[in-house]
Amino acid sequence: MRGLNLDPPTRRIPPDDAMEESKLQMDMDKNDIKMSTRNVCVFYGEKQALFDINLDILRQNVTALIGPSGCGKSTYLRCLNRMNDTIDGCSVSGEVQIDGRDIYDPSLDVVELRARIGMVFQKPNPFPKSIFDNVAYGPRIHGLASDQTELDEIVHTSLEKAGLLKEVKDRLKEPGTGLSGGQQQRLCIARAIAVSPEVILMDEPCSALDPIATAHVEELIDELRDNFTIVIVTHNMQQAARVSQHTAFFHLGQLVEFGVTEEIFTSPQDERTQGYITGRFG
Amino acid sequence: MTVDGKNTAELAAQRRHRRYAAERRFKMYGIISVLVAIAALCLLLGSMLAQGLPAFSQAYLTLSVEVPTEDFRVDGKVDRRAIGDANFNAYIRQSLRAKFPEVRSRRDRRSLYKLISSGAAFELQHLVTQDLSLVGKTFSLEIAASDDVDQYLKKNIVADNQGRISVKQAGWIDKLVAEGTIGQNFNFRFFTNGDSREPELAGIWGAVMGSLLTMFVTLALSFPLGVAAAVYLEEFAPKNKWTDLIEVNINNLAAVPSIVFGLLGLAVFLSFFGMPRSAPLVGGIVLALMTLPTVIIAGRAALGAVPPSIREAAAGIGASPMQVVLHHVLPLAFPGILTGTIIGAARALGETAPLLMIGMVAFIVDIPTGITDSATVLPVQIFLWADSPERAFVERTAAATLVLLTFLIVMNLAAVLLRKKFERRW
Repeated sequence: MRGLNLDPPTRRIPPDDAMEESKLQMDMDKNDIKMSTRNVCVFYGEKQALFDINLDILRQNVTALIGPSGCGKSTYLRCLNRMNDTIDGCSVSGEVQIDGRDIYDPSLDVVELRARIGMVFQKPNPFPKSIFDNVAYGPRIHGLASDQTELDEIVHTSLEKAGLLKEVKDRLKEPGTGLSGGQQQRLCIARAIAVSPEVILMDEPCSALDPIATAHVEELIDELRDNFTIVIVTHNMQQAARVSQHTAFFHLGQLVEFGVTEEIFTSPQDERTQGYITGRFG
Repeated sequence: MTVDGKNTAELAAQRRHRRYAAERRFKMYGIISVLVAIAALCLLLGSMLAQGLPAFSQAYLTLSVEVPTEDFRVDGKVDRRAIGDANFNAYIRQSLRAKFPEVRSRRDRRSLYKLISSGAAFELQHLVTQDLSLVGKTFSLEIAASDDVDQYLKKNIVADNQGRISVKQAGWIDKLVAEGTIGQNFNFRFFTNGDSREPELAGIWGAVMGSLLTMFVTLALSFPLGVAAAVYLEEFAPKNKWTDLIEVNINNLAAVPSIVFGLLGLAVFLSFFGMPRSAPLVGGIVLALMTLPTVIIAGRAALGAVPPSIREAAAGIGASPMQVVLHHVLPLAFPGILTGTIIGAARALGETAPLLMIGMVAFIVDIPTGITDSATVLPVQIFLWADSPERAFVERTAAATLVLLTFLIVMNLAAVLLRKKFERRW
């Protein structure tokens, strides 16, 4: 399988602890942890959606979040860049840190945070503007380019990194909504990387795409890994196995198991993980 | 299988026929309703056109008028001030007398002079002031006939010694028509003059300017306030019972009778703040208050129709809430907001009741030039003319109604076309 790191073996989570406080201990340098969450609980009004999630996201790695529908993986993903703030009635408790700093600290500007942690959504949502303006919008509002040439360069580099430049380089002025589904999703990825984030969050990026477009995006994720930390939510277990180095399995709002992808898929510790992977439920 | 003497196939056929008949009837109800609405509209437009079109032609006399030099020369030069004092009526009357040398008695002569519009002398004076070379010349002049002559020619009044046109006058008019001295041409004064007591001199230009100035104030106030309020209520306001209360109240305000806004204008703006009565400024503020709920409701609907995925995408790359609204949501909601504003403005253009309360019902002759000048608006002008006793005002009322309807149709058409043009797919 491609893309798997041969990391030192991790300590398994004892199944009993999974019900109470799932504590993950990695025999790794604290420096390798890009983001970490401790005791994160999310409520939609009265209903609790996430129960005490403790998880570390490692830098320049792809971490996959898998689980059956409604288990809270997208909710957890949205906690990482505070997109849950935009939902009425949603409250988040616990600690979410990036590089050791709490992102829910009132003194931290959420707008700047979202420039550091980008997001790609399930359904491609390019702006109803030209392809160029789609990618240039982020750099423009964050002042990343001092003149038009620099802006052009950022746009071209982002499109190239997203693997889209060759297909669109003579029609940058055309509307972004005129592209095919796969191209639109790659445009959204280009848009996200144009602001040079440190982390890219992807919420089921391939679920609306055909297999060939999916293959393109998966290739892209693998290439992006060298420069970005990626967290991907996916329904597709084969995709998680292909693309990620670490996988977290969620079930009913709880983090059941987390570990190196190969081990999760070949020898999971928890029976719920086992059941999901073998297709007995979900 | 037989039931009641018919077999099932026949019963099925019967049901089918009844179903087809019911479907046809259902469609017919719709078509009939549409036809009734169209018929009512045609009746309205047809009667307005039939009554109003004659107003666009005006009877006039072609007379040869001499402006003698002696009355104007002072020290051998033409004196401008003398033009103001001169009696132009006399020159016109002289010309008319020349046509009818047999008319001698004082009463008959006064009767003869009544054939000409009372404004003719002023128009001649204006002409001479513009072109001083006319002094000392004899030239041919087209003079407006009085409204009674005009109506007699249009067969709206008959020669009757108790009426406006006596039998003698009718005879003179017929003679002038036969000579070709009296004719009908386009009533340009209808579009260039302000209001007047004399129907042949009355025009809508003052009312149109008043309407334009009032509309300008209305839009300048209601559009920014309405859009800003809609944006806040839709994008930023928390969802609690206070915002629910505000929403209910705005919806209610949209249904308040317009005269109530007029009373508000009278009590607050005129009595308390002491603003100038009959001014487009006050009229505009009153109409802006009336249009505001419409703009807010249309704005909120347009903003709500923008899909949340656009907002999320913008927030996701770090756009601040203000940037999300200004760069993404508002441009997409713009066609809906524009349509709502134009429809609200079209309604305000046709409002009479609130403006009556704040005094825009006075007889205003001068064309207003600023928002603090006294003015009247087109619907009020129609209302005033409808009240006037002169026969000629009947057709002018219908003609002014046609002009107002044209404005309204143009505005609504603009709303539809602009919406089509700016609509963007996402």
